[in-house]
Amino acid sequence: MISYILRRLVTAVFILLGASFIVYMMTAASGDPLWDLYGHPNAAQLIPARTEALNLDQPPILRYFTWLGGALGCLAPFTDTCTLGLSREGMEVTQMLAFAMGQTIMLVTAGTILAIVIGITLGIVSALRQYSGLDYGITFFTFLCFSLPSFWLAVLLKEIVAISFNDFLQDPVMSLASILAIGVVAGLIWYLVSFGKLKTRILMGVLGFLVTSGIVYFVLATNWLTAPFLGIPLIGLTGVLVAVITTILISGLRNKRALYAGLATVLVGLALYFPVQSFFRGAGLLTVIILCLVMIAIGAAIGFFAGGYDRGQGMRVAGITGFFVALLIILDRFMQSWPNYLDSGHIRGRPIATASAATPGLTGDFWIMGIDRFTHLLLPTIALTLLALASYSRYSRASMLEIMGQDYIRTARAKGLSERTVVMRHAFRNALIPLATLVAYDIGALIGGAIITESVFAFTGMGQLFVQSVRNVDPNPVMGVFLVTGIVAMVFNLIADLVYSVLDPRVRVKA
Amino acid sequence: MSQPQQIEVQEAENLGPMGEPRNDVQGKSQGQLVRQRFFGNTGAVVSLIVLLFIVLLAITSIGIGPVPGWWKWDPDATGTVVNGGRPTLSLLPPGLGDHPFGQDNLGRDLFAMTMQGTQYSLIVMVVVGVIAGILGTVVGGLSGYFRGWTEAILMRLTDVIIIIPLVILAALLGRMAISFVRSTGLPTVATVIALGLLIGAASWPPLARLVRGEFLSLREREFVDAARLAGASSGRIIFKHILPNTVGVITVNITLLMSSAILLETALSYLGLGIQAPDWSLGRLISENQTAFATRPWLFWWPGVFIVTIALTINFIGDGLRDAFDPRQRKFNPKKARERGEHRNERGDVDAGTNANMRGAVNRATR
Repeated sequence: MISYILRRLVTAVFILLGASFIVYMMTAASGDPLWDLYGHPNAAQLIPARTEALNLDQPPILRYFTWLGGALGCLAPFTDTCTLGLSREGMEVTQMLAFAMGQTIMLVTAGTILAIVIGITLGIVSALRQYSGLDYGITFFTFLCFSLPSFWLAVLLKEIVAISFNDFLQDPVMSLASILAIGVVAGLIWYLVSFGKLKTRILMGVLGFLVTSGIVYFVLATNWLTAPFLGIPLIGLTGVLVAVITTILISGLRNKRALYAGLATVLVGLALYFPVQSFFRGAGLLTVIILCLVMIAIGAAIGFFAGGYDRGQGMRVAGITGFFVALLIILDRFMQSWPNYLDSGHIRGRPIATASAATPGLTGDFWIMGIDRFTHLLLPTIALTLLALASYSRYSRASMLEIMGQDYIRTARAKGLSERTVVMRHAFRNALIPLATLVAYDIGALIGGAIITESVFAFTGMGQLFVQSVRNVDPNPVMGVFLVTGIVAMVFNLIADLVYSVLDPRVRVKA
Repeated sequence: MSQPQQIEVQEAENLGPMGEPRNDVQGKSQGQLVRQRFFGNTGAVVSLIVLLFIVLLAITSIGIGPVPGWWKWDPDATGTVVNGGRPTLSLLPPGLGDHPFGQDNLGRDLFAMTMQGTQYSLIVMVVVGVIAGILGTVVGGLSGYFRGWTEAILMRLTDVIIIIPLVILAALLGRMAISFVRSTGLPTVATVIALGLLIGAASWPPLARLVRGEFLSLREREFVDAARLAGASSGRIIFKHILPNTVGVITVNITLLMSSAILLETALSYLGLGIQAPDWSLGRLISENQTAFATRPWLFWWPGVFIVTIALTINFIGDGLRDAFDPRQRKFNPKKARERGEHRNERGDVDAGTNANMRGAVNRATR
């Protein structure tokens, strides 16, 4: 195993060297690094200055080795020799990279996680209901996601969703007819994607119509969009829902102890609602994390003492419920700050932002700044989720279908296990194994940034840094971005292979 | 695709189109079977028709190269802005009008511009498919068949290219290509073809890995051993015995690669790194017109609709091809599939996974 890892790492170093040489040469050959200075009034001083700073009088090969020498300095620990060169404007590439990486990670993380979760869920569901309306619907949807040009989607979100939502928020009134129309459309979608007998499908459609129009009516009638709230009743309702769903997924409703443990956790969460509010006043990220951990611990403890033949199940159900209840309480606190955010002078009632990572000049406590970040990340995250979701969904559908056709699934069914156990314990876990590779690749590629999304939403992340430097014929930042993405990609490819061999004992790495 | 065709073909022949055993067994070639299965797939056929329509429209309307088309406006011809440049296309009564897709603020006809963009995007797509297909098949096939040093060198080369982010490669190469073509004074179509060549040269590695895998498994099969014992040369084994068995995988993946290629080209042009002014690409049209969204939204809608339609139809065609090439795939019929039991014949869907993975690199690059 260790010799395998070492061999892979040595190969990786050589591949990186070769690739970095190619990239440097290509960047240097792609244009004239002085193009923007010709015709500049101060050209006589600026051209020699830049030539001096970037060693432009030397041939690119020599410059590459200078760069490589500086980059190798980064390997020596505790010395101050690390340099990835200067950009055209004379900035240290290492600093530019650090800033860009922060922006990129902030931008892509939520989108990637959502894409993984939603994509896998859609894939599994469509595999379990193969050839149903739901399956066709999801398949068409994923193909559409495959075919969406990212820049088009991003501009659409920006120009239509953000602007019309902000406009709507100025005067959030809707006629009864349009509420009913929304309900009808939703009911139709529910009807089309539901499966089973005609009667069930019609029932689902009607249910979809009622639920959707009810929610829309509730939101409008209570002015929820300008002053959202959850309060005890909604937290309780959602918490109970979460507890029931987690129980169905993890242990089945027949395990009454697990269900009661989950419900008890919801009660504890509700009891904590008021005491916690005073802690939230001067809160920061730490308070929020502590609350989540405490609720998970409380849930696990309740599950443990509820006991039963399988303590682990109860603990898991109640722990997960506790986590979600904590999230709901935190969400409620954010919602309490929403009206203040909306009325602040920088926002002026148009909350959904279309550019950059934060509202310039806005100050406030943790909650206000949190909302600000949310409104800025909302649209790019939607765009990234839609774009990344398709491959997860297709992949997990394929993998789940393959697993469901295996002999051990038939055996599990034949020995009388419930369908839930078969799907969740025998199939689902194994279906996730090949996805581990995909997830590792994707996380590896994540740091490279989302070039188009960054450009449309004016984030100054890795993608923007890279594109700007390519446009400017500025090799050092290009090399910096390449080095980071290359190393991360190689490391994660190795991790993907190792994880695969750990998860699937049939795959052994060649030692 | 890892089974030799001969065995599977017989199995498929014994079942008629409705799945019932058939008494009169007639011989059918592999090509006939594939064609039959492909044309039985409604989604794929509809997509094919739509795509052909778009191709014909793009070629005939404004003409290609020196050949003039039937459309009256030129992509670059400015004119008077009629009625604020609103689209004149109407369904009731059906009619094109003077400017069916509208005009921009200089009075240029959006239909002509979109057609030129579509034409160029399609050219890039086809060139990428051809180049990436040839390179990927040759590199993957050679390294999979000969193994040893050939494989080591070719696969390390693949590793080097795969690790360079596709956008870096395409952007830099595309830039070099355009400055080269400009400096030598070739016609504008040459820049488009050059862009396609270079995107193709950058996007073959995933295909090469896939083909290598196929060759690795096929070269160990009995029928290859038999051919070798019969004294067949390497060339004959590769072209007569192994390659025909990988045609399905290669075709399907080239198709899917092409659908990613069109997104990559439009994305590069959007960023200003692909097709440059004065030529129009669908991506460039969107990037030029996105600021006018509030006043002239049609300038933004039409090019986008064309990109989505082209990519979507190609995806569906690729999906249909995959089903058609897979010998284990029966003619698709949901009702019958349900009667037979839900969990047969999942092999085609498993390939969907590898495809998703293969397209991952390109898709990630265009996010």
